Amino acid sequence: MASDAHTNTNHASNHLETATLEGKNKVLGFWLFLAAEVVLFACLFGTYLALKSQTMSGPTSMELFDLNLVIVATALLLTSSLTSVFAMSAMNQRKLKLMQFWLGVTVFLGLAFLILEIYEFVHYIHLGHTFMSSAFGSAFYALVGTHGAHVTFGIIWISSLMIQAQKRGINTDTAPKLFVSSLYWHFIDVVWVFIFSLVYLLGKVG
Amino acid sequence: MGTLTIMVVVALFLAAIVLGGYNKNFLERVKGSTVWDWMTTVDHKKIGIMYFMSGIVFFLIGGLEAILIRLQLMVPANDLFVGDIYNQILTMHGTTMIFLAAMPLLFGLMNVIVPLQIGARDVAFPFLNSLGFWFFTAGGIILNLSWFFGGAPDAGWTSYVSLALNEYSPGPGVDYYVLGLQISGIGSLISGINFLATIINMRTPGMTLLRMPLFTWTTFVASALLLFAMPALTVGLLLLMFDRLFGANFFDYTMGGSSVLWEHLFWIFGHPEVYIVILPAFGILSEIISTFSKKRLFGYTSMVFATVLIGFLGFMVWVHHMFTVGLGPVSNSIFAVATMAIGVPTGIKVFNWLFTMWGGEIRFTTAMLWAVGFIPTFVVGGMTGVMLAVPPADFQYHDSYFVVAHFHYVLVGGTVFGIFAAAFYWWPKMFGKMLHEGLGKFQFWTFFIGFHLTFFPQHFLGLFGMPRRVFTYQANVGLESINMLSTIGVIGMTLGTLAFGINIYRSLFIDKTKAPADPWNGRTLEWAISSPPPEYNFAQLPLVRGYDALWVEKEAGKKELTPAEPLGSIHMPSSSYLPLVMAIGVFISGMGFIARGDYSMGIFGLIILGIAMFMRSFEVDHGYHIEPEEIEKDKGVDA
Amino acid sequence: MKRRNIWRGLFVFALFALVLTGCSGHESLNVLDPSGSAGEKQLDLIKLSFLIMLGVFAVVITIYIYVLIRFRKRKGVDVMPKQTHGNTKLEIIWTVIPIILLGILAVPTVTTTFDLTKIAQDEEVVNVKVTGYQYWWEFEYPELGIKTAQELHIPVGKKINFEIHGKDVLHSFWIPALGGKVDVIPGRVTNVILDANKPGDYQGKCAELCGAGHALMDFKVKAHSAEDFDKWVTQMQAPPAELTTDSEKRGEEVFQQNCLGCHAGINQSVPGPDLSKFGTRDTIAGMLKNNPENLKKWLHDPQAIKAGANMPKIDYLEEKDLDALVDYLESRK
Repeated sequence: MASDAHTNTNHASNHLETATLEGKNKVLGFWLFLAAEVVLFACLFGTYLALKSQTMSGPTSMELFDLNLVIVATALLLTSSLTSVFAMSAMNQRKLKLMQFWLGVTVFLGLAFLILEIYEFVHYIHLGHTFMSSAFGSAFYALVGTHGAHVTFGIIWISSLMIQAQKRGINTDTAPKLFVSSLYWHFIDVVWVFIFSLVYLLGKVG
Repeated sequence: MGTLTIMVVVALFLAAIVLGGYNKNFLERVKGSTVWDWMTTVDHKKIGIMYFMSGIVFFLIGGLEAILIRLQLMVPANDLFVGDIYNQILTMHGTTMIFLAAMPLLFGLMNVIVPLQIGARDVAFPFLNSLGFWFFTAGGIILNLSWFFGGAPDAGWTSYVSLALNEYSPGPGVDYYVLGLQISGIGSLISGINFLATIINMRTPGMTLLRMPLFTWTTFVASALLLFAMPALTVGLLLLMFDRLFGANFFDYTMGGSSVLWEHLFWIFGHPEVYIVILPAFGILSEIISTFSKKRLFGYTSMVFATVLIGFLGFMVWVHHMFTVGLGPVSNSIFAVATMAIGVPTGIKVFNWLFTMWGGEIRFTTAMLWAVGFIPTFVVGGMTGVMLAVPPADFQYHDSYFVVAHFHYVLVGGTVFGIFAAAFYWWPKMFGKMLHEGLGKFQFWTFFIGFHLTFFPQHFLGLFGMPRRVFTYQANVGLESINMLSTIGVIGMTLGTLAFGINIYRSLFIDKTKAPADPWNGRTLEWAISSPPPEYNFAQLPLVRGYDALWVEKEAGKKELTPAEPLGSIHMPSSSYLPLVMAIGVFISGMGFIARGDYSMGIFGLIILGIAMFMRSFEVDHGYHIEPEEIEKDKGVDA
Repeated sequence: MKRRNIWRGLFVFALFALVLTGCSGHESLNVLDPSGSAGEKQLDLIKLSFLIMLGVFAVVITIYIYVLIRFRKRKGVDVMPKQTHGNTKLEIIWTVIPIILLGILAVPTVTTTFDLTKIAQDEEVVNVKVTGYQYWWEFEYPELGIKTAQELHIPVGKKINFEIHGKDVLHSFWIPALGGKVDVIPGRVTNVILDANKPGDYQGKCAELCGAGHALMDFKVKAHSAEDFDKWVTQMQAPPAELTTDSEKRGEEVFQQNCLGCHAGINQSVPGPDLSKFGTRDTIAGMLKNNPENLKKWLHDPQAIKAGANMPKIDYLEEKDLDALVDYLESRK
């Protein structure tokens, strides 16, 4: 927290996010937070895998899942991860406008993903697959819904950071925030890859 | 009823804000007050003291519950607390002691001491540190409010389903458990991340990993355990909340759910939790034994290695809490052997402590007495721990008083003795005053004897067929006199605790003498600065030249630490009321969800939280600076 | 320092005195004095692990006492101890020896863990289906066509294979004198194999917190010689005793009007214990001695006797009808 908080920017042209001790702390702390998130999702995955066959005469995963829709959603989210990489690279080149553009694309893709997910949930509910219908339903919505909640939070977070960046520019205060938000976005992307394979693909195979 | 209370609280809160807004003088007075200063502080020492003090308050509440339990069990067929009310007392005793006493007491010590031991001016995330504390407090208050609004949780601290589901626990009790623990758990997770980042990033020059004091090391490992274990509880509580409040079916077997799932989630968290509260006590012991034997810690490297190994193995053994679930002999055998393996690094620690004292010059101060009392007590707890690791034998011990005796030997004989030792050892550093040694020794002897009198006989209660968590037992089957003896022992522990209370009061309000900077001939960095330390801890960051950094300097004949930087302006983080607002937000939200009915209050609380988060995110705060002249002035006062 | 050792000595002595003078547990529920082969195997492991641990404790405590006395600070003497870093040889010793000791313990642990789940092929086995309810136990002998509650009858010397079911919350099925427990888990079936090697009455307990009445969820185990067990089986299989008196006949009517909803014996919607052989039981609700007086007390206010019991208060019957009901129930043999 000491005086090195002010000896910034000169040696870290490439990694603005870790130029100050605060920035370093923030990035490290966020990695640690992600570690906790890994355990959180691992527990949700475990729960889902333990309960997925308990459909209580409701529709099974085989009957429910529509892979085409999910593949589109996956493509959206994976692309958004890429655009967020572009945004970070723009940030480290101090190109505010470019960064804002890519962040905007990221948020847009995230929103599109979210809309697809909501559509999917509504569709399932019509088919009688609800949060309360069976242990399978509870576990499915808990896992995928928690991921969806993370995406929602990410969208709000990145949007608010875009406003901040617009007002204050790219500096040693905003850069770590932007950087960790992109870490977060990659993380929920990785989680989605697991959901795609362990929930949807495995659900289709049986 | 619940909703009404919340609304009144909210109204008062809003009224205070509004009134304050209209009345500038009032606002100024509030902002200048000590209470406001403490409530908005981000200083790790003040937060540590608040953790410690609230831990003591909850320890007293949990202790009172323990007394009630022993009163009910004093004689057979007693009818003081029967059925549900007894279950509420035992649930709250366990929950309070683990989550609201042991953890904050340790967090308090970690907060005050760890930054000082690594030569840091603050923790990595002062704001989050404050947030963690206030979340913990909000959760703790929610849990204890259950006594007044609708009844306390009564499904045990493990809250096994399906007993904890709506059908079998229809009252709001378990909701208090779920939301109270969830909120304080988030606080703990935040603290864990904070300690990890602090220890990784904030060490002063020369403080390499293998020069860190053992207390810092154990804090580091315990925080890592928190980081990886807490989310399992978070998920467990979340699912239980879904089941209870939103009609989900995770644990209801008639809808395909599984009660064993809860047991897994709970113990994946619960076993590491045991190490979260015992490892820091190991660290405390290592510091105190080394200091009062006037010797370097024996086998430092193996101590560090043992700590890390215990932490690692701590994640591999949770099924030993579930031997009787019937998971089969293969799984039981694997987890049995893994559990026994923990005995090895723990044994290494005990022998290292003994050989630290070997050849030393042992001073029996109160802190050392607690440490010395710890060793045989903890060894007994460890012995029964290995005995419990044997599945066929565990079929007999499981859920009997033998287990009760075992974990009290570990958690009281280990953690609580360790905390008392640390209290006497670090009190001067925390408060700038000393605790009275005579009173302390009185406390030690009464508590120590009372403890063994209470819990040693309980091993036999278990072996003679008394299950745990029962509110009564039969006469004439050989259980009466042991139970009576066990209750008599409580007198000793009560006397000891009272003596501690008097001691605290005396030290804070009566005793005027100031504590010296280094009352014990200490070996680590915290003893190089004044008691209590200035808010910036170190005027100049010290250069560490070896393990036992201060001792190295003392051996070199120096009085002060070697500075690693010139005297300069010191940057400090500014206070913030936002953590408090966020905690009030989650508090309202928690109470709103507990009140059931409509969830508007719950959502309202979350909105408060959200607004506060936005405010924090958009806040531009560069803190403030303390200039060298001011630091020199402080120094002058000290000298 | 001296005072400390005296205290400790007194303390240990007091505890030994306590254990030796009578407080040695009751044979109906003593883990340390088992009456079944599973309990014996488990006790062997308890003893083995205790002895190994006692050895470790003795070593630790010897070093501990020596160190505390020998290296205490003496008045007026101020020495500077040598700042040793450690001792590799010693550290290896206290790492390797515990590993060996735990290895010695681990082998019988694993073999016994597997042993306890096995039944020899040629062995005669009695199957009992146990169901745990809040707060009572149901015992069903599928091969014998017997269903009873709260009192488990077993023949001495035969392995009893318990198949354990749950319907409401977790319980744990424990007969301390015969052997270790196993949990009752709704939605899962668990197993435990026990036997008794001498006739007698043993106590059964619920060991998992299951609600308000957890402490009172006891049951009885009656181990009989093969002969007596057969007698009991014959009695249980026989049709219910004829109704002899008017009071009993009236009682049957009262029973059918008030109790059948839960105590029908078969396919109850709300489960209650089967009462068709109630008169043969020693206890009411596993707690009170079975006599007309206690039965009335129980009927009048079950919760006063067993906290949290699901049985409703039968306090609305006329005195005559209540007596008739009691007569009827006591005649069910």
